[in-house]
Amino acid sequence: MLDPLARLGRSGIAALARLGEAHLLLVGLLGGTWDTLVRPRLLIAQVYGIGVLSTLIVVVSGLFVGMVLGLQGYYVLSQFGAAESLGIMVAASLVRELGPVVTALLVAGRAGSALAAEIGLMKATEQLSALEMMAVDPIKRILTPRFYGGLLAMPLLAAMFSAVGVLGGYFIGVGLLGLDGGAYWSQMQAKIDFSDDIVNGVIKSVVFGLVVTWIALFQGYAATPTAEGVSRATTRTVVHSALAVLGLDFVLTALMFGE
Amino acid sequence: MAEGLTGRGASPVGASVPPGEPLVRIRGLRFAHGERLLFDGVDLDIPRGGVTAVMGPSGTGKTTLLKLISGQLRPASGTIEVDGQDVHRLGRAALYRLRMRMGMLFQSGALLTDLSVFDNVAYPLREHTRLPEAMIRKLVLMKLEAVGLRGVQAQLPATLSGGMARRVALARAVALDPDMILYDEPFTGQDPISMGVLVSLIRHLNDASGLTSIVVSHDVSETLSIADYAYIIADGRVMEAGTAAEVRASRSEWVRQFLDGLPDGPAHFHAPAPDLMRDLLGEA
Ligand SMILES: Nc1ncnc2c1ncn2[C@@H]1O[C@H](COP(=O)(O)OP(=O)(O)OP(=O)(O)O)[C@@H](O)[C@H]1O
Ligand SMILES: [Mg+2]
Repeated sequence: MLDPLARLGRSGIAALARLGEAHLLLVGLLGGTWDTLVRPRLLIAQVYGIGVLSTLIVVVSGLFVGMVLGLQGYYVLSQFGAAESLGIMVAASLVRELGPVVTALLVAGRAGSALAAEIGLMKATEQLSALEMMAVDPIKRILTPRFYGGLLAMPLLAAMFSAVGVLGGYFIGVGLLGLDGGAYWSQMQAKIDFSDDIVNGVIKSVVFGLVVTWIALFQGYAATPTAEGVSRATTRTVVHSALAVLGLDFVLTALMFGE
Repeated sequence: MAEGLTGRGASPVGASVPPGEPLVRIRGLRFAHGERLLFDGVDLDIPRGGVTAVMGPSGTGKTTLLKLISGQLRPASGTIEVDGQDVHRLGRAALYRLRMRMGMLFQSGALLTDLSVFDNVAYPLREHTRLPEAMIRKLVLMKLEAVGLRGVQAQLPATLSGGMARRVALARAVALDPDMILYDEPFTGQDPISMGVLVSLIRHLNDASGLTSIVVSHDVSETLSIADYAYIIADGRVMEAGTAAEVRASRSEWVRQFLDGLPDGPAHFHAPAPDLMRDLLGEA
């Protein structure tokens, strides 16, 4: 029988070792930057796979989130006679928070899990070993293009999410509830700050893009090469990504907006 | 130890091996997968320019041996030298340079599933050479013709049978014209005709380009028919070594049982296990 303290210590050390492996992988991914730059076709294929194929779910979700914001915002703001400010409220919530965060969660579920499964299966079927034996570094050739694909796609998807969300808020506020369309746009234009709101939102989504693709690639690459191992890797990708995104969002928000 | 090994001096292959440096020299190899000790002080030489067979029962570690030679696994102790270089002391760049001179046929084929058959065979050429696409096309078609699969060049690996996939993998393994090829069970899953073609192809590839081949297999007769030298490994040791004829004529009881496929003898068909009756009664 192992005494509980020793077991705790052992799992702590194992977790630390895994964290170390994940960081070594990140170094390897960054080391593959040049290889990816000189093979733009590999990168474009991944931006397509991770980004373009995720647009539908991102756009539809963005529309609904924007419409809900429009409804909720209107009821709250109209109690204070400030319904004209609906545009600012919708745009600020989307650009600062919901755009980056919800997009990251959607991408983790849609593309991150797929990445982890793909890499895990390539490992289980010895494709990664075969590349090694052909003197091709699988981290540089297979993983790095996916890493940068995710990194590039995430802010673009988040921008799309926010843009569609703002339109959704407009449909509800102006189309349905009869607010003045000019006020919706002009208030938004006047009060949303480029560097405070837009740039900070973009920084968030770049960070989330890095974290989500990194987690997915690591889980796939470190997966036990069996069917069960791959399925565990995909589950872990989604769970770890969601926790990391929400936790990081708090930290980033505190740093960016907490004067 | 098998009697065939005693009193043979430094080279474990014996007096019948041509003089000169072996291409692969393994000394004192020890390796364990978890608790299971697979190699316990194995010495083994692969002579240059010949076909060397490594045979042994399923699960003795033949695949593991190939992974050790190619530097995919690291031994617990002992050294493996390929062409005078200690594989496990090489840096990444040097190991990759060495691997460019090695082809490996994986037991599972290990084709890249998102590329067509043609692109799979072209992959190492596109990675490591600057040949024009027209030249690559000619080379790939020649390699595919040699394994009889030029007709499936546009298909994806998922649409091939296991035996066909392994022949494509063979075409890919020889695409860069390596100095040494490691074949992991090249004959399993082949029908009699493609088996015959493969047997002569391996021999022909070896002789035509003067390369060194290691064939890992438990198909005794096919493998011995093309091998110049042969090793039989089991229980973490080399049980027999020598030229193909010497091994075939071995008088070791264990080797005779393996070669002739007899159910009774010193070798065991079963993996180590407690007594069946006690296991069934749940006392083990
Ligand atoms: N990744 C691994 N982890 C733990 N044990 C392993 C692993 N890979 C192989 N083994 C064990 O090592 C032993 C040797 O495996 P290996 O694949 O080298 O056998 P083999 O001689 O090639 O057998 P076969 O002829 O069936 O292909 C097996 O008993 C297997 O259980
Ligand atoms: Mg094997």
